[in-house]
Amino acid sequence: MLFTQEHQELARTTERIVAEHINPYVDEWEKAEIYPAHDVMKIFAEAGLLGIGKPAEYGGLELDFSYEMVFAEALGNIRANGVSTSIGVQTTMCTPALAQHGSDELKRDYLAPTIAGELVGCIGVSEMSAGSDVAQIKTTARRDGDDYVINGSKMWITNGVQGDWICLLCNTSTEAKHRNKSLIVVPLKSKGVSVSRKLDKLGLVCSDTAELFFDDVRVPVRNRIGEENMGFTYQMEQFQEERMFAVARGLRVLDMVIEDTIEYTGQREVFDMPVRNNQVVYHKLAELHTEVEACRAVLYQAAERYLAGEDVTKLASMGKFMIGKLALKVPTECMQFWGGQGVMNENYVSRAYRDMRVTAIGGGASEIMLEVIAKSMGIHPGKGTKR
Amino acid sequence: MQLSHEHHEMQRTTVRLIEDHIHPDLDEWEKDQIFPAHHVMKKFAEAGLLGIGKPEQYGGLDLDFSFEMLFAETLGNIRSSGIGTALGVQTTMCTPALLAHGNEALKQEFLVPTIAGDLVGCIGVSEGHAGSDVSKIKTAARRDGDDYVINGSKMWITNGVQGDWICLLCNTSTEGGPHKNKSLIVVPLKSKGVSVSRKLDKLVLRCSDTAELFFDDVRVPARNLIGEEGQGFIYQMGQFQEERMFVTARGLRAMEMCIEQTIEYASQRQVFGQSVLSNQSVYHKLSAMQTEVEAARALLYRATDAYMAGEDVTKLASMAKYMVGRMSMSIPSECLQFWGGQGVMNENWIARAFRDIRQTAIGGGANEIMLEVVAKSLGIHPGRKNSKRGS
Repeated sequence: MLFTQEHQELARTTERIVAEHINPYVDEWEKAEIYPAHDVMKIFAEAGLLGIGKPAEYGGLELDFSYEMVFAEALGNIRANGVSTSIGVQTTMCTPALAQHGSDELKRDYLAPTIAGELVGCIGVSEMSAGSDVAQIKTTARRDGDDYVINGSKMWITNGVQGDWICLLCNTSTEAKHRNKSLIVVPLKSKGVSVSRKLDKLGLVCSDTAELFFDDVRVPVRNRIGEENMGFTYQMEQFQEERMFAVARGLRVLDMVIEDTIEYTGQREVFDMPVRNNQVVYHKLAELHTEVEACRAVLYQAAERYLAGEDVTKLASMGKFMIGKLALKVPTECMQFWGGQGVMNENYVSRAYRDMRVTAIGGGASEIMLEVIAKSMGIHPGKGTKR
Repeated sequence: MQLSHEHHEMQRTTVRLIEDHIHPDLDEWEKDQIFPAHHVMKKFAEAGLLGIGKPEQYGGLDLDFSFEMLFAETLGNIRSSGIGTALGVQTTMCTPALLAHGNEALKQEFLVPTIAGDLVGCIGVSEGHAGSDVSKIKTAARRDGDDYVINGSKMWITNGVQGDWICLLCNTSTEGGPHKNKSLIVVPLKSKGVSVSRKLDKLVLRCSDTAELFFDDVRVPARNLIGEEGQGFIYQMGQFQEERMFVTARGLRAMEMCIEQTIEYASQRQVFGQSVLSNQSVYHKLSAMQTEVEAARALLYRATDAYMAGEDVTKLASMAKYMVGRMSMSIPSECLQFWGGQGVMNENWIARAFRDIRQTAIGGGANEIMLEVVAKSLGIHPGRKNSKRGS
């Protein structure tokens, strides 16, 4: 991936916003277990950052995907993944299918104001009984005249309490499970939508994550994105960008954990020398940094090929698998070198330890990534191999 | 790194050479613990492959470094690391400094015939007591009139028994400290006073001709000095960059071969009514290993791009070498596991790979040295004086 001066400008703008408008407040938001989504979105929107890759006619900057990756990496500077996850949902998870397949009217109603930071979006895929195995979802949209009538529930919905609309995956027929789903834009103020509960979580504490309930919710048929029953395919495409976002953001978070640890261990003295002067410490830090750079190299290769229009399912999944593995490893090994300070909530490393853990689960668990990679290598045995 | 039609052509040529001229005799060479270096070099030279990145005026192809990396990767297809190492010494380890800093007469006398496959070269850095810590070498070249007189010994010298010349790192003064007192000198191995102390018996690279060489009052003309006197350590550090990228490229393809061979075997071998490969613990492990190989490859390609752009790639090349070194200890062993009892049979290549590839974590700068280099580039190395006490 080639970085131009424009890429660096975009990274600097993002870093400045994070330093001025986000990081000073994250501790407060973490304590309150919520953050002001509309205010924050508006700040990013004013800098043009909510529609980096989106068409200019809907208010986007119409830059290529490499800029979105630079932005995602820069969001990793936010010292609470709850906020960066929320922004990622807005820019990269709930809008790609809408931009790609939605009607002009739907894009004017939802995409343009989302890019402008006036509306906050959500993506509704997972349900209590269907996470990584997306095909098992049970939420249905039944056709009734010019409307769909929606019933069901969605789980782990980022921006769920404050959000204005959701890109909802639901069953629109009883055909085979990869050909019976549709993506429908549902305004969250619609009658029949309720927040069952705001979720109490290990990490992303300031993220507004909810379980939503849909009881005979009526939306016009024109709110459907693209063709009926193509939703599973659209969502699989949308997942590619989601996965690359998760990799890019995570890389920078892990960089920060390593950088913080380098700084702390350079100051903290034990047995008359800095902790960091122990070879086991600086070798481990050099090794962790090497693994992060290797994951970054995979991401950049995936991004380059994605830009060239190639199928990046394998490389994006490899990147996601690696960041998931590093999410389990880098924070815990860094925390070790902080000693008792590592388990104090006042030090970021302890929040990163909690926040990063979900990287190996969300957006396709590490085990699902290995299934995808195995398929692309031609070594997946297929279904029904148990005899 | 973008692969063009020309890259693929070169890759096909290399694969064909390996299949036609190396693999048929390889098991015999492994058994004999030597391979006919001049014969093999000539075959590669005839295809132009010994001077891929070297200028046309010396018989090279004048292609950019990405072609050398792809060639190195393709050498990973050879079912014994001994041959790939010998070729790598010839193309990438003993010639870069000669090309960059050698005088014209020296290049005509040694570089041209080496690219042509008429001479076989060696690189002489390590000694019995100085491997990764290069600055500690003791071999000395004393100036005497128009000659250098060389005394000392060199260890782990690939092509040592059959080689025609060696690019020798030796001390040319006792002043200026260990980084400014060394020079690279081209020494013909038929010179009086050069002897092979022993051909080495090794766990790894059994068909490679690896020797300990002894130098007893060996006289070479002063014009055999590469570049400036006292610059040898710096030149060798530069030469090491290409060596590390070569080792990474060749190694990652060798490990990919382990994965491919294991997939093939595990898909045929039936246990408990299904193929070994159908077990999730098997195909997940293979997928995770392939992911690691791709990550090392992505790092190598990033380093290659940066190297071609003229950037300092010490950090990226060391990271890639570290990754491939670490995998060399896990991938062959974990693959071998899925072969069951067949894995420990010498008739299956995986057993040889398990021995051969282990070298990757040691040669060309051990893993621990790579971490020292990475730590320095991160600014977290405590330095010599500070390491025991606070800075």
